[in-house]
Amino acid sequence: MQRIGVFVCHCGTNIAATVDVKAVAETLKNESGVVFSTDYQYMCSESGQNIIKDAIKEHKLTGVVVCSCSPRMHEATFRKAVASVGLNPYMLEVANLREQCSWIHKDIATATEKAVILGRAAIAKVHLNAPLTAGESPVVKRALVIGGGIAGIQTALDIADAGFDVDIIEKEPTIGGKMAQIDKTFPTLDCAACILTPKMVEAAQNEKIHIHSFSEVADVKGFVGNFTVTIKKKARFVDETKCTGCGLCTEKCPMKKVPNEFNMNLDNRTAVYIPFAQAVPKVARIDPNYCLMLKNGKCGVCSKVCSVGAIDYKQQDKFIEERYGAIVVATGFNPIKLDKYDEFAYSLSPDVVTSLELERLMNAAGPNGGTLLRPSDKTHPHTIVFVQCVGSRCDDSKGKPYCSKICCMYTAKHAMLIREKYPDTEVYVFYIDVRTPGKNFDEFYRRAVEEYGVHYVKGMVGKVTPRTDGKLAVQASDLLSNEQLHIDADMVVLAAAIEPDKTARPLATMLTTQMDTNDFFTEAHPKLRPVESATAGIFLSGACQGPKDIPETVAQASAAAAKAIGLLCKNSITCNPCVAHSDELMCNGCSSCEKVCPYGAITYIDKEFRMPDRTTAIRRVASVNPAVCQGCGACTVACPSGAMDLNGFSNSQIMAEVDAICK
Amino acid sequence: MIFTYYPGCTLRTKAKDLDRYARLSAEALGITLEEPENWQCCGGAYSNVNDEAATKLSAARVLNSAKELGRPLVTVCSACHNVIKQTNYDIQHNATLAYKVNNYLGLDPQYNGETTVYHYLEMLRDVVGFDKLAEKVVNPLKGKKIAAYYGCLLLRPSRALSMDDPENPTIMEDFIRAIGADPVIYSQRVECCGGYITLEDKAQASKRSSAVMTDAEENGAEMVVTACPLCLYNLKKNSGSQLPVVYITELLAEALGVKEESNE
Repeated sequence: MQRIGVFVCHCGTNIAATVDVKAVAETLKNESGVVFSTDYQYMCSESGQNIIKDAIKEHKLTGVVVCSCSPRMHEATFRKAVASVGLNPYMLEVANLREQCSWIHKDIATATEKAVILGRAAIAKVHLNAPLTAGESPVVKRALVIGGGIAGIQTALDIADAGFDVDIIEKEPTIGGKMAQIDKTFPTLDCAACILTPKMVEAAQNEKIHIHSFSEVADVKGFVGNFTVTIKKKARFVDETKCTGCGLCTEKCPMKKVPNEFNMNLDNRTAVYIPFAQAVPKVARIDPNYCLMLKNGKCGVCSKVCSVGAIDYKQQDKFIEERYGAIVVATGFNPIKLDKYDEFAYSLSPDVVTSLELERLMNAAGPNGGTLLRPSDKTHPHTIVFVQCVGSRCDDSKGKPYCSKICCMYTAKHAMLIREKYPDTEVYVFYIDVRTPGKNFDEFYRRAVEEYGVHYVKGMVGKVTPRTDGKLAVQASDLLSNEQLHIDADMVVLAAAIEPDKTARPLATMLTTQMDTNDFFTEAHPKLRPVESATAGIFLSGACQGPKDIPETVAQASAAAAKAIGLLCKNSITCNPCVAHSDELMCNGCSSCEKVCPYGAITYIDKEFRMPDRTTAIRRVASVNPAVCQGCGACTVACPSGAMDLNGFSNSQIMAEVDAICK
Repeated sequence: MIFTYYPGCTLRTKAKDLDRYARLSAEALGITLEEPENWQCCGGAYSNVNDEAATKLSAARVLNSAKELGRPLVTVCSACHNVIKQTNYDIQHNATLAYKVNNYLGLDPQYNGETTVYHYLEMLRDVVGFDKLAEKVVNPLKGKKIAAYYGCLLLRPSRALSMDDPENPTIMEDFIRAIGADPVIYSQRVECCGGYITLEDKAQASKRSSAVMTDAEENGAEMVVTACPLCLYNLKKNSGSQLPVVYITELLAEALGVKEESNE
């Protein structure tokens, strides 16, 4: 018979306001096996823990039930407390009187009744608890960063700096991400390439960093400290190890009319190409959708001019497997498609552009060599209208409900840069609200208004009509003066909402991490664990977790790196002892458990058994690898013969809880 | 195939062509349009007063007749379509309104938004299919540059009308392609023609409708096509443009080879 102590927590008024905690402690005192029962204001506090410790010693308790908040919150705290006085930490159970009782009920009488029932269930379970000992599993001292934008690069650099090997997987032919496409950065207006490309080069030259460009994650297996990832290295038709990036093939390629995605399709590239001058790795790629050789088998110019023989038209996708201790997700964002916002005539006029397209139009490496010209007729625009919140803060299904956060600042940046470079240009910015919190951000916006004379108008553009004279007729409302405005603009720039990259969702499934309804990765705690996912060993970096500007992205990237380093520093991590095990005598070898196991922890072995008639027989039985098992319990439900059971959550324990609740 | 057909008042007076060609074309496509008995005006303009059921009763009545006949309801006038579909949506989503409407009309069994409502264009797209329609065209309007004019009532509010994207629609352009002509895309196609304001402030209506016609013309349209009698009126009488404006059903009848000389 166990000697059980019951400790009922008030959680200030969180529990005590709705549950009569004294009555709960008093009632539970009468349960069989309970030798001590008390209540206290904050059980998780130092003095609360001391009450538990003292009671264990004084009453020789063999089991403890704490009636408090969710075990997710403080189970670890209480387990540590009981362990410190010599009790096995798995002899403790938490009854959740807060999230599952006091917070969701209003009536004190019924809430108290339910609290007693929850306490009884926990007591019934503790009666059947057995001491468990946690094993250890080694940590692979290598990290994986998925995504090679500024977030991924910064995370990789920091992890490498701490002395660990780190791989970057980037789906594009070069690392650099969105930041590589940006012209200038706010609020200092320094050139994005000037601060990004040194980091790209640093990543490439760092011995600890291994870049898999033009690659994708194909499969993820394993668990914290021990992930096995299959990487798909997509065929680029150029041997990475041989290509020197001389660019001769790109000069000679006869297929010159391929939309250049790096310049937002505003100009053309060749079929064999290097995305941009500072690409890392500086290795060409052949685009099979346009290459004449790959499409029709006729051409082969690049292969002839390549002096190192790097061109390989027969290259296939390659799959490699690597093991990692930690994974950092840095999959980034994209601007949304604008086909649902055709009131701004984006599909009708080339002079209606997105902000990212404007970045390229203003960039020295862009289609116009840095001179801002209208895409339609290459003339200098004299009136430019910016529309903010295109697809952001939408209450209907066509846009995003959230604020994209970066648009107010980059629009102010664009407006300011244009006014500085072309003072004869009138710039209008239509906004719902101007949101510029951040260090030196509001000052920056005010400068745009006060020093640079940008016309900020509170209100939305209702309609953009392209006219045959080349002007864009902009109809808008000025909400402050309550007027309709008609502006003949030369260009309209749309601040499109940003959304997570499309690869994020399938990746989340592979990583068994959570996402919100907008497909942003969910952090383990919105305030206190912002860079960890709820899945152990998976960390979040950059805009994959929510809209972010560059300073914030870099800060989060380093934070994610710190968390990953914290994990990689350990030689081993304590395993969860609540894993499944199979009773070999009852196992009939049906494979049901093996099929449902999401972690691949179950294998079947042929084992020799001594039969009742003194003969021996070879039987096929299930065997659980405790280092891989995550204790999800799926196998215990699937097992038809009742051979599978879960430590700490055995079938008999669960049934005892159910019986106690139904009593 | 038989559909319950709601022509609405304007199609009996000002917009006889819209009605006549709708019926002729439907027949050519193997669809019979049958009017319910004793239908009344839809209300003309949808009332946004949501706690008042009286303005929605006549629309509810025709919706219920269609339900009793067990057929989908087809309308062709943009305004009727707008009122009837919004009323149906409201009855489906607003229990208090549904209760009031049923009480007023004394309906037994109750009407709870069961009828499927099609605009004539939706019938062509979703029931006939534009590909099937294209096969039945005997007189394709080849090379004709036609600007589709949607106006405001045909697509909005999109949640209730759920017909097409209100800012970047394709249904009329697909229709124009199906009858063999070339659609002209222009930005004013989903803007207002001036609507009823023509009764009070002709200058304002003229400003709106001429903006539409100028934009269509500048983009190379030889003709503007619409489903709405009021749009047709404004674009013809108030815009000052000489560009022909016709009903979708007239073009359809022409393409299907069933157009007779108009009496109007």
